[in-house]
Amino acid sequence: MLWEVDIYPASGQADREASEVVADAADLGFSGLEIATSRGYLLEGDLHPEDVRRIADQLLVDPVVERTVVAPVGSAELNQPPRKDLHPLHVLPKPGVMDPVAQSAMSAIADLQIDVSAIRTLKKYWLPELEDRAIERLARKILANDAIEQVVSGPLHFKQLQLGTSYDFDLKTVSIRDLDTAQLDQLSRSGQLYLQTAEMKTIRDYYRSIDRDPTDIELETLAQTWSEHCSHKTLAGRIAYEGPIDRKGSHGQRQFENMLKETIFAATVAIRNKLQNEDWCVSVFEDNAGIVRFDDDHNVVFKVETHNHPSALEPYGGANTGIGGVIRDPLGTGLGARPVCNTDVFCFARPDYPADSLPQGVLHPRRVMKGVVSGVRDYGNRMGIPTVNGALYFDDRYLGNPLVYCGTVGILPRDKSFGSPQPGDHIVAIGGRTGRDGIHGATFSSAELTEESESLSGGAVQIGNAITEKMVLDVVLVARDRGLYSAITDCGAGGFSSAVGEMGEKIGAEVYLERAPVKYEGLSYTEIWISEAQERMVLSVPDKHWAALHDLCRSEDVEATIIGKFVPTGKLSLHYHDSVVGELPMDFLHDGRPPVIRQAQYQPPVEQPLTPSGNQLDCGESLLAILSSLNVASKEWVIRQYDHEVQAGSAVKPLVGVANDGPSDAAVVRPLLSSRRGIVVACGMNPHYGDLDTYHMAASGIDEAVRNCVAVGADPSQIAILDNFCWGDCEKAETLGALVRAALACYDMAVALDTPFISGKDSLNNEFSFMMDGEKRSIAIPSTLLISAMGQVESVDQCVTMDFKSPGNRIYQVGVTRNELGGSHFALVNQLSGGRVPQVDPKMAKTTFHALHQAIRQGMVRSCHDLSEGGLAVAIAEMAFAGDWGAEVELAGEQHEIDTEIEALFSESNSRFLCEVPDNVAPRFEALFENSEPTITFAHIGTVTEGKNLVIRGENDRPLVDLSLRQLKEAWKKPLDW
Amino acid sequence: MSRPHALILRAPGTNCDRETAFALQTAGAETRILHVNRVLENQKDLDEFQILCLPGGFSYGDDVAAGRILGNQIRHHLAEAMYKFRDAGKLILGICNGFQVLIKSGLLIGSQDVSESNNMAGTLTWNDSGKFEDRWVHLETCGNKSPFLEGIEKMYLPVAHAEGKFVVKSPDRLDALATEGQLVLRYCDPFKSSEAPVTFPENPNGSVEATAGICDHTGRVLGLMPHPERYIDRTQHPRWTRGEGGAEGDGLAMFKNAVSYFS
Repeated sequence: MLWEVDIYPASGQADREASEVVADAADLGFSGLEIATSRGYLLEGDLHPEDVRRIADQLLVDPVVERTVVAPVGSAELNQPPRKDLHPLHVLPKPGVMDPVAQSAMSAIADLQIDVSAIRTLKKYWLPELEDRAIERLARKILANDAIEQVVSGPLHFKQLQLGTSYDFDLKTVSIRDLDTAQLDQLSRSGQLYLQTAEMKTIRDYYRSIDRDPTDIELETLAQTWSEHCSHKTLAGRIAYEGPIDRKGSHGQRQFENMLKETIFAATVAIRNKLQNEDWCVSVFEDNAGIVRFDDDHNVVFKVETHNHPSALEPYGGANTGIGGVIRDPLGTGLGARPVCNTDVFCFARPDYPADSLPQGVLHPRRVMKGVVSGVRDYGNRMGIPTVNGALYFDDRYLGNPLVYCGTVGILPRDKSFGSPQPGDHIVAIGGRTGRDGIHGATFSSAELTEESESLSGGAVQIGNAITEKMVLDVVLVARDRGLYSAITDCGAGGFSSAVGEMGEKIGAEVYLERAPVKYEGLSYTEIWISEAQERMVLSVPDKHWAALHDLCRSEDVEATIIGKFVPTGKLSLHYHDSVVGELPMDFLHDGRPPVIRQAQYQPPVEQPLTPSGNQLDCGESLLAILSSLNVASKEWVIRQYDHEVQAGSAVKPLVGVANDGPSDAAVVRPLLSSRRGIVVACGMNPHYGDLDTYHMAASGIDEAVRNCVAVGADPSQIAILDNFCWGDCEKAETLGALVRAALACYDMAVALDTPFISGKDSLNNEFSFMMDGEKRSIAIPSTLLISAMGQVESVDQCVTMDFKSPGNRIYQVGVTRNELGGSHFALVNQLSGGRVPQVDPKMAKTTFHALHQAIRQGMVRSCHDLSEGGLAVAIAEMAFAGDWGAEVELAGEQHEIDTEIEALFSESNSRFLCEVPDNVAPRFEALFENSEPTITFAHIGTVTEGKNLVIRGENDRPLVDLSLRQLKEAWKKPLDW
Repeated sequence: MSRPHALILRAPGTNCDRETAFALQTAGAETRILHVNRVLENQKDLDEFQILCLPGGFSYGDDVAAGRILGNQIRHHLAEAMYKFRDAGKLILGICNGFQVLIKSGLLIGSQDVSESNNMAGTLTWNDSGKFEDRWVHLETCGNKSPFLEGIEKMYLPVAHAEGKFVVKSPDRLDALATEGQLVLRYCDPFKSSEAPVTFPENPNGSVEATAGICDHTGRVLGLMPHPERYIDRTQHPRWTRGEGGAEGDGLAMFKNAVSYFS
């Protein structure tokens, strides 16, 4: 029998869900909606009424604040509205979608000694009399997401919940040997393989040569392994590039055999060669995350991933599993690193985008943003990993392709930094069970999104279960320290197929698919193999340790199962019961893919003067407008929802200053509570610069990430960086050319600053196509390169923050301001176009970073802030309102190579800082910069004052800005104070 | 006297166990972190400890309700052992999720009777803001019922939770707790008179009487939403770079009190 337990707020308690729905509905034009909500459970089993009552009373309901209605599904009392004239609408997870609360309730009910066979959670919305169309619109836009949820309007008439029907084994082969090019392409698309013609031909020819057809599982394995997502074939492929080849823009050509290897990786190789014995990189671009030295006993690892496509379809689940996935990267690096902090960067269209002009198939950006933020929150917080750094970036070109970057830093003992599976080891799966969820995630993420993506690839969208992953983390760290396995990797894109395929690449593996624990009956052998169900890790376990590992896992209720064995055959062989369902030579699987050869061209737009010139604009108004622009405005609404202090290592928080609300340049954590040594995390990203020249966008991004680290006290000689390219369709020569141009900058800057890239990831094909007025249209995202930086500080006690500390202290600008308003926020808020994009002088940047670091180390600097979006004006305003002290600033000075005061205030030239320095150390501070080689430009531009105003004067003492701290802070806090 | 032994009890989803153990070590205790399954298998394990701590996190995901599932496990399998532990003059501390667990197990202010689970005096429910929030709060102690808070008047500590609003079943239940001196820790606004109601964000969740922590009738069982283990070191203070906060964190005093209770 199927029972329903509905839980309502008790009388006098707020109905929070209802208030939220009403507010969201108002945005959609439903004004004055009056609704009520309940949440509930469907319980299936041979249950007595008193059993269900006991489950409700002792487990499901909190009698102080809630009341229940308990009855068999379909009973009249369940459809009794809480208030007159309301009608029920039910929202439930679709069958097979992860339902963590139901899972936990299941085991808690077992603990009550009651036998329930299945549970599903539900939400019930009581709506007033509305037209069917209005109900449908509310359901689709606010109450449910069709990718993962089903909606039942009116009473529920379910009879049962049980999932799955038994599976009858049927070995499937695919006739490929006689297909022509067009037919191969058709097969690639219809089978959701998303392979290119040349690759399909290679596969066809291989099977011709061995004189048989492939089985479906072989084809799927090849498609996963050769997917853009898993192999990065475009960027690691052969590219003929034509365009500007250096910082100055000299035109030329470059032929790459492997573009990534010859730019990004090559920079790291060059730095390591130069450092020789001082090399602090440990493992780069090899493992699931990059590894560098931390202290005598520990290394630290860092990885940033994207989860864009799933987040576009189901923002909560996409972001949820995005953070869940990247946490498994450090855990699957070396012999397993303990995660110590997270960073999250999101790009959306503006949240007030007009709802009625959304293309079909696109979720409203406000809904996407709320979903993404809460998805990361609910997973990161539950994992007990502080989210300490991040950024939000808004541009309407992210409408169809929001970007979700999630990163995790981990720490591991030095002697646990490498693992390698041994022949004869068991292949052991631990953690979550395998279901039908996440089928085709790897191949799907490598395809362009269309308005039909939702119905095509709904299976690629998932919800995570953080607690399962936390339980896996807990046992893995114990097993690591006891030496119970010889290698570990995560099950990410491609599922077992990728994990086992990669681990066994150099050995060979046989897998017995029927042994993998499944969530429900009915999965085919292929589904088991390619499912991307979350929260699974694969270990390579020597036979002598299997019993100990198994006991350890069982003692903490974690499932561990032998699913195969690494065998020295050089082959991947897949079994289902007594049948061999697939057999592939490892070398064909990993090296058989034909090289991708592409053309790339780049021609940056010719530089135009800034138009109309910004000279007539009011400086104060522009400053307030920039502070209120979404990219600059306070992100406190997001930051506070993330636990940024769990693990208790927090030394510089994301929010600093008198009222704990100023914007910190970077976060600092102590990963080891018994040590003073700290890790510094920051990022840099400037998509608007990319519209002008992607070289300077990339160089500026690196400069920004590094200077953010240096501003809080990181040692510039030990900063590791990561690249994450999110780009449009790289089959277009211009789009790929823009990327190559950026990669050239990555090489130049990394080598010049001695900041090695240690890991990276790319997400291509971020274009959204849809039909409008009978025409196919397409929106490509702006070229977006996220640079994440991980620095180190000898002792967190040396760190500084950006808030002004004491009136009377001097304010110095370090670094040169140039005429660089191209792509600036001044241009953005005043709707100006053209202008010169900010460039980096790498030698000057490096010298500046090192000199400033000395000043901070020697305790001369009371506060320090980098100059970025909005330039000098924004930086000084932020320092003032965060410290709640005023400032008097003179613009005139030799620190500028500029034409007008507008540039002095708002230009976004790189490698600049503001420093607050007490009078008595000023001479020493100045000497540090004067004596640098090359000499660093700096200027004493003003003073911290007791007043509560920011006053900036131009030529002849003319006041350009005179605004109260209250005005400035309000402008900055208001836009995203949701 | 030898160092007291502290047990940090973890469950699936507990995530503040390491730093809580570190805080207790810093205060002078010997610590051990054990999975709740071990204690369920062998309740005698509790005998070797003087301090039992339920740390923060999301036990069992906080699925169903925060702290509910672990609270139920304790109510059904460990209640007797825990009362025995308390009645032997030992100390029990629940921080954040641990507080939610203590409340929902009935150990703190409820009934000892399993079948009486519906008769809870109060509970911890969703913040008025409706969401998880991490922020620092000022706290003041009331009375001297709990040895954990002895000699402490004020503390500045972070909270990080979604379900920390203390509400009671009825006003007389609240009066009874107040009369017994069990409402030992309150959120406060140091810049307002103590009579003025404490509102958001100083009262971060809307708790009745700005309640941040409660002890049982013996005073030896204490639960609180703020995280004392997150303010042990001076650099954990959000404004240490402004010279604020002491040489050691406010939270350490609570752990030192627990340790010195046994010396």
